[in-house]
Amino acid sequence: MQATDLMTMEEIEILDFGYPQNSETGALKTFITQQGIKSQSKEEQSQITSQVTGQIGWRREGIKYRRNELFLDVLESVNLLMSPQGQVLSAHVSGRVVMKSYLSGMPECKFGMNDKIVIDKQGKAGSNEDGAKSGKQSIAIDDCTFHQCVRLSKFDSERSISFIPPDGDYELMRYRTTKDIILPFRVIPLVREVGRTKLEVKVVIKSNFKASLLAQKIEVRIPTPLNTSGVQLICMKGKAKYKASENAIVWKVKRMAGMKESQISAEIELLPTNDKKKWARPPISMNFEVPFAPSGLKVRYLKVFEPKLNYNDHDVIKWVRYIGKSGIYETRC
Amino acid sequence: MTDSKYFTTTKKGEIFELKAELNSDKKEKKKEAVKKVIASMTVGKDVSALFPDVVNCMQTDNLELKKLVYLYLMNYAKSQPDMAIMAVNTFVKDCEDLNPLIRALAVRTMGCIRVDKITEYLCEPLRKCLKDEDPYVRKTAAVCVAKLHDINAQLVEDQGFLDTLKDLISDSNPMVVANAVAALSEIAESHPNSNLLDLNPQTINKLLTALNECTEWGQIFILDCLANYTPRDDRESQSICERVTPRLSHANSAVVLSAVKVLMKFMEMLPKDLDYYGTLLKKLAPPLVTLLSAEPELQYVALRNINLIVQRRPEILKHEMKVFFVKYNDPIYVKLEKLDIMIRLASQANIAQVLAELKEYATEVDVDFVRKAVRAIGRCAIKVEQSAERCVSTLLDLIQTKVNYVVQEAIVVIKDIFRKYPNKYESVIATLCEHLESLDEPEARAAMIWIVGEYAERIDNADELLESFLEGFHDESTQVQLQLLTAIVKLFLKKPTETQELVQQVLSLATQDSDNPDLRDRGYIYWRLLSTDPVAAKEVVLAEKPLISEETDLIEPTLLEELICHIGTLASVYHKPPSAFVEGSRGVQHKRLAGSAGSGESVESPDTGSAAGVSEAPPAVIPSQGDLLGDLLNLDLTPPTATGPPPAAAPGMQLGAMDLLGGGLDSLLGGDIGGSPAMGAGFGAPPAAMPASFNAPVSGGLDDLFDLGGGVGMTMGSYTPPKTVWLPAMKAKGLEISGVFVRRSGVIQMEMTLSNKAMSVMSDFAIQFNRNSFGLAPAGPLQILTPLSPNQTIEAALPLSTVGPVMKMEPLNNLQVAVKNNIDVFYFSCQYPISMLFLEDGKMERQVFLATWKDIPNENESQFQIKDCHLNSDAASNKLQGSNIFTIAKRTVEGQDMLYQSMKLTNGIWVLAELRVQAGNPNYTISLKCRAPEVSQCVFQNYEAVLKN
Repeated sequence: MQATDLMTMEEIEILDFGYPQNSETGALKTFITQQGIKSQSKEEQSQITSQVTGQIGWRREGIKYRRNELFLDVLESVNLLMSPQGQVLSAHVSGRVVMKSYLSGMPECKFGMNDKIVIDKQGKAGSNEDGAKSGKQSIAIDDCTFHQCVRLSKFDSERSISFIPPDGDYELMRYRTTKDIILPFRVIPLVREVGRTKLEVKVVIKSNFKASLLAQKIEVRIPTPLNTSGVQLICMKGKAKYKASENAIVWKVKRMAGMKESQISAEIELLPTNDKKKWARPPISMNFEVPFAPSGLKVRYLKVFEPKLNYNDHDVIKWVRYIGKSGIYETRC
Repeated sequence: MTDSKYFTTTKKGEIFELKAELNSDKKEKKKEAVKKVIASMTVGKDVSALFPDVVNCMQTDNLELKKLVYLYLMNYAKSQPDMAIMAVNTFVKDCEDLNPLIRALAVRTMGCIRVDKITEYLCEPLRKCLKDEDPYVRKTAAVCVAKLHDINAQLVEDQGFLDTLKDLISDSNPMVVANAVAALSEIAESHPNSNLLDLNPQTINKLLTALNECTEWGQIFILDCLANYTPRDDRESQSICERVTPRLSHANSAVVLSAVKVLMKFMEMLPKDLDYYGTLLKKLAPPLVTLLSAEPELQYVALRNINLIVQRRPEILKHEMKVFFVKYNDPIYVKLEKLDIMIRLASQANIAQVLAELKEYATEVDVDFVRKAVRAIGRCAIKVEQSAERCVSTLLDLIQTKVNYVVQEAIVVIKDIFRKYPNKYESVIATLCEHLESLDEPEARAAMIWIVGEYAERIDNADELLESFLEGFHDESTQVQLQLLTAIVKLFLKKPTETQELVQQVLSLATQDSDNPDLRDRGYIYWRLLSTDPVAAKEVVLAEKPLISEETDLIEPTLLEELICHIGTLASVYHKPPSAFVEGSRGVQHKRLAGSAGSGESVESPDTGSAAGVSEAPPAVIPSQGDLLGDLLNLDLTPPTATGPPPAAAPGMQLGAMDLLGGGLDSLLGGDIGGSPAMGAGFGAPPAAMPASFNAPVSGGLDDLFDLGGGVGMTMGSYTPPKTVWLPAMKAKGLEISGVFVRRSGVIQMEMTLSNKAMSVMSDFAIQFNRNSFGLAPAGPLQILTPLSPNQTIEAALPLSTVGPVMKMEPLNNLQVAVKNNIDVFYFSCQYPISMLFLEDGKMERQVFLATWKDIPNENESQFQIKDCHLNSDAASNKLQGSNIFTIAKRTVEGQDMLYQSMKLTNGIWVLAELRVQAGNPNYTISLKCRAPEVSQCVFQNYEAVLKN
């Protein structure tokens, strides 16, 4: 079908008289594309309408897969603002649990993680060692929001996350933590002004995670004053470059193992200016990717129940992956 | 298939070709043709000529084609209403199709065709669709009712669709419920007083159940509707809150904000000592913080809403200061908004942290942001007393950076700090004075001058500093000029001996050489003060100033309440009520928070408490005056319908209040300018040394000015009513209106004579009143049917009712009127005698009178003298009775007749009077007592007018 027609029809379906109706892409897809096909059985038609208006607008019935499979990614971005003295001014992790589900029928899922509130509750409920042990690793979640498929009232009362998932890709939840964050890197800046025309900058980065893990795509960006005329760089690892157009020294390291340390020193030559205004010293920012969740979140289980079809939780193939990335990770200098 | 080809054809005779293709027998060709038509339509080409041909394609079983034709219809039906009728049959048929998708499509499209003739045909299919077995059709039909209501409200009411819609609230399908709620809410908005959304515990329960099951957008409709409900007691509010809180974890931020709105509103009902109240406060914080991890644009929306929330309930986010710290890469609009919230949350507990941050921000590059950060430091000093010292030293550090705009901003805020903590931080003045030359912005200059004037006695060279500013006096902005004038007068009062010359210089600059009336007036006031009574001048000019309050930029409490009710809408982002930016005839509803029943609320926010009290007070209290001009301009003028009866002639003259003021001011100023140059040396000298020419015009002018209010009201008597000219022909393009107010057997009438003094015919007369003190409003349209030809005069009587909107006017009996004709709209104001409003049943029982007289507090009593009245008490009594002022009793004490009288106003206010008449003495004394003492002045004027005519 032509793109414009499709767009207009979609618009009408999404928005009627200014009232948003449905913005779930999956549902819209079945809804609109089916219209072009001429003859539909009565059941099919009413199935579409009942899906759009029903309680489970995000999933149609009668989905079948030969292999029931689930992919679960815990994606976190860790944000930091640190003072030059190494004091954490603010730090938080904003995480997302992104899923791809290829499950038959109308499966009922239950997701569990090391949420402190849940684990404390279970610990109290009776079990002894196990509760105490896992209690250590539990994390305090400040806040979380869920995809519309999650039963919010159930989460509110029991703090359990249960849902009938949409088919394919979706974001199950977002969360935010601020306590006990593992900061993967520490940046230690040293800036010394030598006279009016020279600046000495030394930056040390320390990796702060298990030595067996590898961080990737590390990039440190050190801002330079506007009147920089030349830069000499010495770094122990990776490659560093002065980018005049961006007013920054960019230092890239491909990989770095945990519990390591590396440093860069730079001599920045300045043009003398009569500008009285001091250089504002923007913060040093950093980018990286690590194969763990800086918040400490762990997936404990993801159970699948489908009472009508004959497969059970064990038959579902599940994949779990943790990726931690830098958000705004800045150290003032 | 690529789509671009449809957009590229620009051959000649395209329409013709399309027409042929549309009428082709082959289905495929037809479909292609319709697609081409739609493509042309979407790029803005006019293809309306093809209307009949496209409509012919409507009857098809191909869904895709049908949708396209519907699309075409929606676009062009309005321009071809007659042709559109052709489509009606198909619509009606489609509404009964087996496929629910087609039924819904048809009813939805019909609702989008805004042609009156079609709406009639829509009713039957719509009625069926509202009861359709398929929920998808029902939910679409529900929205269609709102569409139809927008086109023809009466039709919807007559057809009983509103009741059907109400029934849908109990529908089994949550989506239908949500759409029905959305439609009803919209319709209810245009009927503010109707009871459409009759929310009761049962319906609320249904809505709350549907809330858990419907789509995210449906949840928003329901939450917004819930927010309009007023729970009966705190238990009900708690149970609603409990069922709404889970929504705070929704991924859709609009759902979260709507839930926050509901909770903020219902929290008002909860007693603060309740455990649940604390729990709720804790639950609200995390979702608000989460909103800040979204994209900058969403962050901004969240921040604007949070800004409202922290003003209402700072306790929610008091521990979350850190999330509002500004990030280096935040866009400027986010930075400024965060800064604002930081200051609102600043308290003794976190001030150290906040100050450290602010100091950091003050060194950044963005000028606007830096300025706001510096200003924020000052606001912290004012807000958190313990931190003032630290703030001042931070500001001094910043001044040392010598960055021009930082210094200027710092000086502006230091001035405010001085206002808050007088005589505490004067040690910094020396530092400030060092930077005098670098100040180039008016605000900073004015602030610095204020500081020099205020602390003149401690600054050795204050006179030199101020003199240096005086050199370029005329190039300064008004703000600086005014400040300089005041500062020099202060200096003179503190050090009179050395600065006499300086003060004369500034006074003559201000009064003689300036065109600015504010400056001149202030100059004259100082001049006269100094010359008449230097001691008084000292008391006035050097008076102790009130301390400035903690937060000066809080949103006014009633507005804040209204905005809280609009959280999650555009109003909460603009910080303006919807009526300020939404056009249209929608009834303006001012939402407000329901106060809790006296459960410790007043401790937290006394302002809101008292504000709420006003609106619920008895009728005697009149709402305060709003934006007059705006109100008048917004008046809706209705066209006339029938002819009206006669009355009389027109003496006297009454201009609009504006002109009186203008004239008064001119004469006042004109008089002055001649007088002032004469006053050279004698300041300390007694007033006798003043040239007389100076004294007279000023006081005369002023008196005139202040007397106007009184004088105007007396031109009319209710007894023998002569007409006065309300609208002179000069001001109304040839239309002259004179008139008078009369009360005839209980009916208030406005009798007018309209004369056409222009060269062209006038027609289409209509009249409207602005809101006024007693709710006077036309009881019907202005009845002038025949056009008014040149030099013709016509009489019109307009019956008035007193049920219109009320607003206190100044003077109380002022009435602002707008008259429209085919030429223009004209505005004038006139005053009606208050006796118009005296009811025929205003005679009080003797006993009641006595009791009431005693009951009204003495401070409400006012006394007036009526001079030169030669009636005896009986004649006076008779005369007054004609104006519905009733004499209840008469007493004679020592040759003095005392008449006790009562009258009752249309709004139920009683006025009690005691009139003392001494035989042989033409001066009467009258005492008036009334629960609303504002009316006394008017009543007195009325007495005078009646008795003297």
